[in-house]
Amino acid sequence: MAAEAPTASRPRLGLGLGGRWTRFTVRRGGRLLVSLFVLVTAAFLMIHLVPGDPVRAALGTTAPADLVEARRHELGLDDPLLTQYLNYLGGLFRGDLGESIQTQLPVGETIGRRLGATVSLGLLAFALALLIAVPLGVAVAVATRRGRRQRTSLGFASGSVVIGSIPDFLIGVVLVAVFAVGLGWLPVAGREDGAASYVLPVLALAIGPAAVLARIVRVEMTSVLESDHVRTARAKRLPARRIHLVHALPNAVTATLTLGGMLLASMVAGTVLVENVFAWPGLGSKIVESIVTKDYPVVQGTVLVYGVIVLVVNTLVDVALTLLDPRSTIGEA
Amino acid sequence: MRALRTPVGAVGATLLAVVLLLAVLAPVLFGDRAAAVDTDQLLAGPSAEHWVGTDNLGRDLFMRVLVATRLSIVLALLATAIAVSVGLVLGSLPWLLGPRLGRPVTALVNILVAFPGLLLVLCLATVFGVGARGAVLAIGFAGAPTFARLCQTLIAGVASRDYVAAAQIAGLSRLRILLRHVLPNVAEPLVVNATIGAGGALLAFAGLSFLGLGVQAPAYDWGRLMQDGLAGIYVHPLAALAPGIAVVVAGLAFNLTGEAIAGALGVTPVVGPRAWSVPGRSARSTASAPAADTVLDVRDLAVAFPGPSAPVTPVRGVSLSLRAGEAVGIVGESGSGKSLTALAVAQLVEEPGRVTGEITFCGTDLNDGNRHDDLLGTSLAVVFQDPMTSLNPTMRVGRQLAEVSRFHQGLGWRDALARAVDRLRAVHLRDPERAAHAYPFELSGGMRQRAMIAMGLMGTPRLIIADEPTTALDVTVQKQVLTLLEDVRREHGTALLLISHDVSVIGEVCGRVLVMYAGRIVEEIAAADLRDGARHPYTRALVAAVPSMTTALDEPLTTIPGQPVDPAALPPGCAYAARCPLATDQCRSEDPALVDGVACWRAGEPLPAELEKQVRV
Repeated sequence: MAAEAPTASRPRLGLGLGGRWTRFTVRRGGRLLVSLFVLVTAAFLMIHLVPGDPVRAALGTTAPADLVEARRHELGLDDPLLTQYLNYLGGLFRGDLGESIQTQLPVGETIGRRLGATVSLGLLAFALALLIAVPLGVAVAVATRRGRRQRTSLGFASGSVVIGSIPDFLIGVVLVAVFAVGLGWLPVAGREDGAASYVLPVLALAIGPAAVLARIVRVEMTSVLESDHVRTARAKRLPARRIHLVHALPNAVTATLTLGGMLLASMVAGTVLVENVFAWPGLGSKIVESIVTKDYPVVQGTVLVYGVIVLVVNTLVDVALTLLDPRSTIGEA
Repeated sequence: MRALRTPVGAVGATLLAVVLLLAVLAPVLFGDRAAAVDTDQLLAGPSAEHWVGTDNLGRDLFMRVLVATRLSIVLALLATAIAVSVGLVLGSLPWLLGPRLGRPVTALVNILVAFPGLLLVLCLATVFGVGARGAVLAIGFAGAPTFARLCQTLIAGVASRDYVAAAQIAGLSRLRILLRHVLPNVAEPLVVNATIGAGGALLAFAGLSFLGLGVQAPAYDWGRLMQDGLAGIYVHPLAALAPGIAVVVAGLAFNLTGEAIAGALGVTPVVGPRAWSVPGRSARSTASAPAADTVLDVRDLAVAFPGPSAPVTPVRGVSLSLRAGEAVGIVGESGSGKSLTALAVAQLVEEPGRVTGEITFCGTDLNDGNRHDDLLGTSLAVVFQDPMTSLNPTMRVGRQLAEVSRFHQGLGWRDALARAVDRLRAVHLRDPERAAHAYPFELSGGMRQRAMIAMGLMGTPRLIIADEPTTALDVTVQKQVLTLLEDVRREHGTALLLISHDVSVIGEVCGRVLVMYAGRIVEEIAAADLRDGARHPYTRALVAAVPSMTTALDEPLTTIPGQPVDPAALPPGCAYAARCPLATDQCRSEDPALVDGVACWRAGEPLPAELEKQVRV
């Protein structure tokens, strides 16, 4: 607070961008860097943890020895480990993720071609999940607090549990069976039909997390609505909307966002399954394909990209938490 | 198990029992039929013989789904066990080790949590090749960071509470505090999440096997069956959907049971069938028509809540009246209904509570079914007991004050904030600009309570209802807050309704005192007469319980014997009879009305203790 004192001659609202934020940025940025370092190191080591010779495993037992040796050399696997590591890091800084053992195409290029499909799918699904979950959870919490509307409460609880228990790929299969095969409204698979081809994969990915998140929002809101400061807000006779959205919701947001961040991270991984159901030309179908063909550099690069996406998501969640709950940074320090 | 009596718990437990029974018995009972190859019926659709149809070897899919239960459940439970135990240890470590050593653990967990389970599983599948064992380890360890992070957050939340600090000061070891004080308080969300985790592990396994990276043929779990069925989804959708349905049902079994257990662990009261009828008992008020400068006039106020069989009425037949500038106290033990009376007057009793009676505030009938937000928002101020929890922790103090003017006086934010600073200055806060810019947790308890009072002063309050405003504050600050309330009352002619369990606080501030017992006013008395003029035995007992300068230090402090009456089980006669030394048969059978300021059949008669004293003198 000391850093804010000189500016306090006029009351300021909105975001205080004083010392608290500098400290937060430094700390959070530091953590991001450490995480990135761990991620990169783990991705590098992964290829060395494969029992036996990864190139031999990838090319099969019938591949001629000189070909295996050539590939080993191309991949730098005959250098000392530290040299390989430094070369790997150097490559990353130049945006070089290595080469596919199978196709010899640059991994970065392969990922670059597919990244957009996966990210757009994930973001649309997360946005949809939030758009469903937060208003629904808040509305149900307000409608059913203090034991009102027991039937709504029971219906919501059982409905959200049932829907949250259905795996996204099963939802995908059902959606395809009904809307693509049965009714013929939407394409069965692929991404060639523009917006229409997004509908089913996005729904498949969003519905489950939306149900889980709505339940959390509802539980958190219900307890916040009983808190003393909400009673104070009611004592101020504020409009109900302001009480619920400005006084209650931000206090329910810590758990919601923490879980929402985890959900988003798991949705990033969920794209792997959904992409396989819908033959979606993204990273998810590529990584499974590469695991099966033992194309280690591609797996390595893809895992790295997924990991970076997740780290970015988590960082954004923490920033959002700090924006919405001023205590979170203090509690952490 | 109370949990299993709820509909959700019953459904969940039944499903779980069926799933577990199948896991144990299905491979024994149906193993042979699930493996029987029928070359006449390859990839057949559903029939009377094969309910779900057959696979590419003509094996019965329904039987295979049943038999797959065991492997699917066992693998999911193993993975969950790994996730929870590793997570709990990792999540507790930062707190156990203290900030310095705990930091790397926290950092590690935060990095680990960055990897969603499936991603880690994919890495491990790459390294070790695919298979069930690798998948169990991968799903288990991949789930652990999530649990660790959850535990860490929950523990950090509990660890900042007063009782944990108290235990630490008392010298208990951190491990002991963790086990005795912290973990029991985070058990509920953990159980819910562990159960959701088991369901999640089940789904993760299904997903892996569905991708062909989990259970490998000839073994099969539900995910493996789904993968086999997906190839023919457009011809024979049931082959993929049936194992999918099994996954969902089993997942549900875990989730619903967990939900029910969480519900039973919590303290959520079971709301029984509602019995609504206006409470029959109400003491007729003897008060006369309100005077011209009356700010608040309450007639026959009753508050009822639905009980298991009949409504419970913790406040029954309260009548009171406040004139401008008057300070009236309500005193009574906890459970006497005094705080609820305050909430009812302030129109803050929520459903399912029912408020009946007449409440006239500044000439307006508050119980006329309309909302009176602007009148109440500007003319009625409420100060609550705990200023820490009564202010919104996520909003700057100034903005919380400014809201009142923003919404009830039509001011813009800028003007409203300027007024907030002005009001904070009016309650003698040093550096009001800074206080306005602060979050509640950045202020001290006394400052927060001043801010609460300033919030009430944003409008032009005619009445301040202060519910135990000093109870949560330390003694030196108590005095300042009471003085502040007194100043406000003098300056603005505001009426003050002060609720307290503390007779001395009431006597200091108020001119008139209402004594409540079991939801009724049992005596109405001038504060000056409290010590010597009280007639109701309960009032006299309350006064006697206050230690004074002349209290003999070698004698034990006086207490009122017995327990306050449970509003759900009121006796037919005077509610105080069971504790009253003067009680007669009439007291026990007939409830005395409030006549001439006292509701007692034997008002003013000497108490046995006083008789004794007189004899001694």
